[in-house]
Amino acid sequence: MHTIIQLLHWFTAHIEMVYIVLLSIFLGIEVIGRVPSVLHTPLMSGANAIHGVVIIGAIIVMGRVEPDNYIALVIGFLAVVLGTLNVVGGFVVTDRMLEMFKKKKAKS
Amino acid sequence: MSILTIIYLIGSLTFIIGLKMLSHPESARKGNLVAAFGMTIAIFGTIFLYRDEEGHKLHNYIWIFAALIVGTLVGFLIAKKVQMTAMPEMVSLFNGMGGACAMLISILEFKHISDNAIVDTTSGQNGFMLIAGNTSHLHMLIIVVGMVIGAVSFAGSMIAWGKLNGKIKDLSYNGQTYVNLALLIGLVGLCTWYIFKTPVSGAELGGIGFTLTDGTVATQGLFPMQVYIFYGIIVLALVYGIMFVLPIGGADMPVVISLLNSFTGMAAAFGGFLYGNQVMLTGGILVGAAGTLLTLLMCKAMNRSLQNVLLGSFGSSAKATAGGSKEQGNYKEISLSDASTIMAYANKVMIVPGYGLAVAQAQHTCHELEKLLEERGVEVKYAIHPVAGRMPGHMNVLLAEADVSYEKLLEMEDANEEFKSTDVVLILGANDVVNPAAKNDPSSPIFGMPILEVETAKNVIVNKRSMKPGYAGIENDLFFAPKTSMLFGDAKAAIQKLVSEIKNV
Repeated sequence: MHTIIQLLHWFTAHIEMVYIVLLSIFLGIEVIGRVPSVLHTPLMSGANAIHGVVIIGAIIVMGRVEPDNYIALVIGFLAVVLGTLNVVGGFVVTDRMLEMFKKKKAKS
Repeated sequence: MSILTIIYLIGSLTFIIGLKMLSHPESARKGNLVAAFGMTIAIFGTIFLYRDEEGHKLHNYIWIFAALIVGTLVGFLIAKKVQMTAMPEMVSLFNGMGGACAMLISILEFKHISDNAIVDTTSGQNGFMLIAGNTSHLHMLIIVVGMVIGAVSFAGSMIAWGKLNGKIKDLSYNGQTYVNLALLIGLVGLCTWYIFKTPVSGAELGGIGFTLTDGTVATQGLFPMQVYIFYGIIVLALVYGIMFVLPIGGADMPVVISLLNSFTGMAAAFGGFLYGNQVMLTGGILVGAAGTLLTLLMCKAMNRSLQNVLLGSFGSSAKATAGGSKEQGNYKEISLSDASTIMAYANKVMIVPGYGLAVAQAQHTCHELEKLLEERGVEVKYAIHPVAGRMPGHMNVLLAEADVSYEKLLEMEDANEEFKSTDVVLILGANDVVNPAAKNDPSSPIFGMPILEVETAKNVIVNKRSMKPGYAGIENDLFFAPKTSMLFGDAKAAIQKLVSEIKNV
């Protein structure tokens, strides 16, 4: 019972987030639904780069660690490095793939 | 704070617009840049403008910037240096990094709770109890679920990466499906139990709360055992991630990568819940939803259900068939000069590229062959199966790299129409996507998967390195068909020889 009340409270307090989630789900499906199969790999790669947004969580957590808590600092450091790899690597790889499409487009 | 809110709004919008633009060939590259721009402002906005609930700025700037610089340099170099053929591995690798990042965030958040806990030696079942300040079942749920999804995605992506570049072999044993199922149920069960049992409220222990050293009253606490169990869950999630990808064979790899991609998206979204961060939430959920849909579309293209992929039964059933009673018939080999002659005098040649082309880096040579044949008046087209290679669209990317014109690439339905009027089909390192068993043999694990019906053409030339079955481990009757002739050898070397032969015809 306690948990259910807690849940309801949480929903009320975070109702705009619940809306974001629901609408984003449909948006994600709609946006990808019309993709030609030619673009599946670049799209997957681009989506891969976008979920690198997780790095923001890593930055926040890192920025809140007490400066003398070295274990936490190291874990946070690692998290930010990995998140950056995801973002930078993801966008650069996607760009390289799409660069080829463009080159060919210009010719034909 | 308000500026940051606007930055996050812009960031979210760029992700949506970016994804939208990525789904059209003309705007795709710009779409990627749009999303990258949004990501950049979101990152720097967070660093400089973020304030926590009490209005404190972030600190540890040196650490943050050092990590950003290291990650950017390494990520940029890897991404620039990688061969186009290794793209699927790269996506898997970067996806794993994102999963690991989500996992570490949850670990740190949990550590924050347990570090701030105070050991109370007077109460609790084991004589002492850790008392944590501000936490709740929901907070714990977000931490644990985000961590588990991130860990599974990380471990799974690393295995997928290792398998795609050949470092890790398929592993299957009897009852694997049940072991995996048991692991999954165990993992979900343990997490559910854990979330409802942690934190323990003071009331459950007979008291209303515990007074902390600073005078505030904590109403929730942790047992030391619950700290150990948390780390146990991480280990279990990592093991599950490994076990779940290990048995999955080649044809399923695109599906798995896409699925893991959407997992990481969801893990990022849980991070968004954790910090009430809209841009993480939007980005994560968008990718989670889009990735799931893409996964289902791929499953549909291969006529397999998602749970079949998830439980990893494909690899084992394919192994059983491959090792089964099916007898190898006789195949005939074709000499280079014969092959080049029939191609040079054909009216229409269709090229079916597969992973073998990618491995041999033969896309440029292949384009050369195409140009040479065109000069002789032969019509040349490419038939692209949606799951040829290791990822959907893998072949398109490869051929685009070699400047093959967009109009020459036919999708499956159009290609199947054209095969009827085709003189020679040249199969370059493709196998499962042209296996007639998918149409004729209900016992085959790939039965029902739409294939390229190359046998309707007049001649079929198959270039392979050997008679070994394809990545999915299934025998292919096409190779023994009367119309088919085999041209053994590495795709690049074989095409090069074909090119020089045709020049002499």
